[in-house]
Amino acid sequence: MKTTRSSVVIGAALALVIALLAPLFVTNASHLNLLILVLMAAQLGVAWNLLGGYAGQVSLGHAAFYGIGAYTSTLLLLNFGINPWLGMLAGGGVAALLSLGFGWSCFRLKGHYFAMATIAVAEIVQIVFTNWEYGGAAVGLTVPMTHEGWGWLVFAAKLPYYWLALGLLVVTLAATAWVERSHIGYYLRAIKDEPDAARSIGIDIARYKQIALSLSAFFTALGGSLYAQKELYIDPGSVLSTALSIKVALVAILGGIGTLFGPVLGAVVLTTIEELTRAFFGGTGRGTDTIIYAALIIAIAVFYPSGLIGWWRGWSGKRRARKDAAARDPQEVLR
Amino acid sequence: MTADIFLQTLASGILIGLMYALVAIGLTMIFGVMDVVNFAHGEFMMLGMYSSFWLFSLYALDPMLTLPLTVLMLFAFGVLLYKLVIRRIINAPMVSQIFTTFGLMILLRGVAQFLWKPDFRSIENSWVAGTVKLGAFQLGRPQIVAGIGAVLVTLAVHQFLHRTKWGAALEATAADKEAAQLMGIDSHKMFALAWGIGAACAGAAGVLLSTFFPIFPEVGANFILLAFVVVNLGGFGSITGAFWAGIMVGVIEVMGGLLLGPQYKTAVVLVVFLAVLMFRPQGLLGKA
Repeated sequence: MKTTRSSVVIGAALALVIALLAPLFVTNASHLNLLILVLMAAQLGVAWNLLGGYAGQVSLGHAAFYGIGAYTSTLLLLNFGINPWLGMLAGGGVAALLSLGFGWSCFRLKGHYFAMATIAVAEIVQIVFTNWEYGGAAVGLTVPMTHEGWGWLVFAAKLPYYWLALGLLVVTLAATAWVERSHIGYYLRAIKDEPDAARSIGIDIARYKQIALSLSAFFTALGGSLYAQKELYIDPGSVLSTALSIKVALVAILGGIGTLFGPVLGAVVLTTIEELTRAFFGGTGRGTDTIIYAALIIAIAVFYPSGLIGWWRGWSGKRRARKDAAARDPQEVLR
Repeated sequence: MTADIFLQTLASGILIGLMYALVAIGLTMIFGVMDVVNFAHGEFMMLGMYSSFWLFSLYALDPMLTLPLTVLMLFAFGVLLYKLVIRRIINAPMVSQIFTTFGLMILLRGVAQFLWKPDFRSIENSWVAGTVKLGAFQLGRPQIVAGIGAVLVTLAVHQFLHRTKWGAALEATAADKEAAQLMGIDSHKMFALAWGIGAACAGAAGVLLSTFFPIFPEVGANFILLAFVVVNLGGFGSITGAFWAGIMVGVIEVMGGLLLGPQYKTAVVLVVFLAVLMFRPQGLLGKA
């Protein structure tokens, strides 16, 4: 167990160094944009994982929190001139607050019922924003570009968004690592694996599920605010869609739910596939990119049900087992 | 005057609700038999619509005439999909199952767009075209025929489940897979059958809808969400529950649209749905 823990730390440190050095080598704007998209997707997957992975509550409605983050910071900026840094925190706060209602209405439900209810909640939020004049309705909102620079989080160049996305991902990962090791993490795992046993030893299940959900909502909303500042335009289709909810969950599931870095791996693979197929086949306008994307999702779900992390562990586990066997009996390697 | 509007809305709500019911019946059957939620169910309906459209526009065959053919094709498609893909994920975690059927949903939409372009299509001047005047209000004839068709298909499925050996075997598998297997019922065969019947029902709904609803690759999205609500409210796995819940959802939808404006009709259904789940987590008609 010790070796896996230290190899995870080494891997994470290595990934961070690569991420810090990447802008030195990636100068092409569209390549850099791909990296930003990967980081943003990873951050959302990590945030989703807090609820879906650790607490085992599969939400298919996280776009609601993402959209609330994007809309809160943008509306505060547009109407009250509030700085997006503050707007971002406000968005996270509003999302965490609204997650109380989300949890209250959905946590009574189990498994499929919970997943369906989260779709319904997100759909209601989307319908409300599509028809709400103050929120730009279906037309959407444009973020003003009056102040450029770090103070107001608006940049003409792509690079600052890379640092922002990376910073947000690191913060979200750190929060998740903290949750994982604190008593909350242990309680959540107990709730996920043995809900009845958890209840019998006095764990307040509803409370801990809600903590996971609120944290998850908070970080998802931060991601939404960042999206608004990066794209400078939001509408219900881009920040509140069901497809987005599904994608966020998919990133985590593809990588491996309930693991710290699984969603990061999932984001790298999924976003790359998505963007590459779009770049190569998207021009045909006949949905070829979608077909390939979907076929890959199915293949991964069917063949690697525990995610890419599971596949990696299985592979490295096998290798380690072979090494151990070799240490005992050199002949074993030849078999 | 208002009473007329009310009655007319009620009637159209019941008719559209019957279509939701028909889509939901297949969904709930697949769930009941094997605990898998099929996100691609709206796409089965979409394929039914296209089948109806192409047979009509290429060979001038009326949808009512080609209904049995489309139903058979979709049945075969459902069985095939089970054998090729679904069979492999029966014991996978719930999330993998969700994403397999979700992937199928995107795949089928993509294929439809690839083959038939994203254009809106429609069937003009089918046998059932026109309106029916009933006293003060009028209803579209295609909608009425579709509603009657949905009732007939539902009755047929119900009879099949309760009057035939195969139906009994299917119900036995839904109730207890292991016990059914001990009695010599091959669960794989039953799962395949459920997928076949589920797809066939959705295909039938597609054909019935094709005479009055636009046909396009993403058309399933309009129906799948409400079909999920119907399945939930009716109790997962219950055909009769789905039938009545479908009608209810249709009525709530149009009444909500009448009261708050059509843009909020889906939101009204979803709010009612969440409210019901809070008091009855097993659905309105489901057993605890």
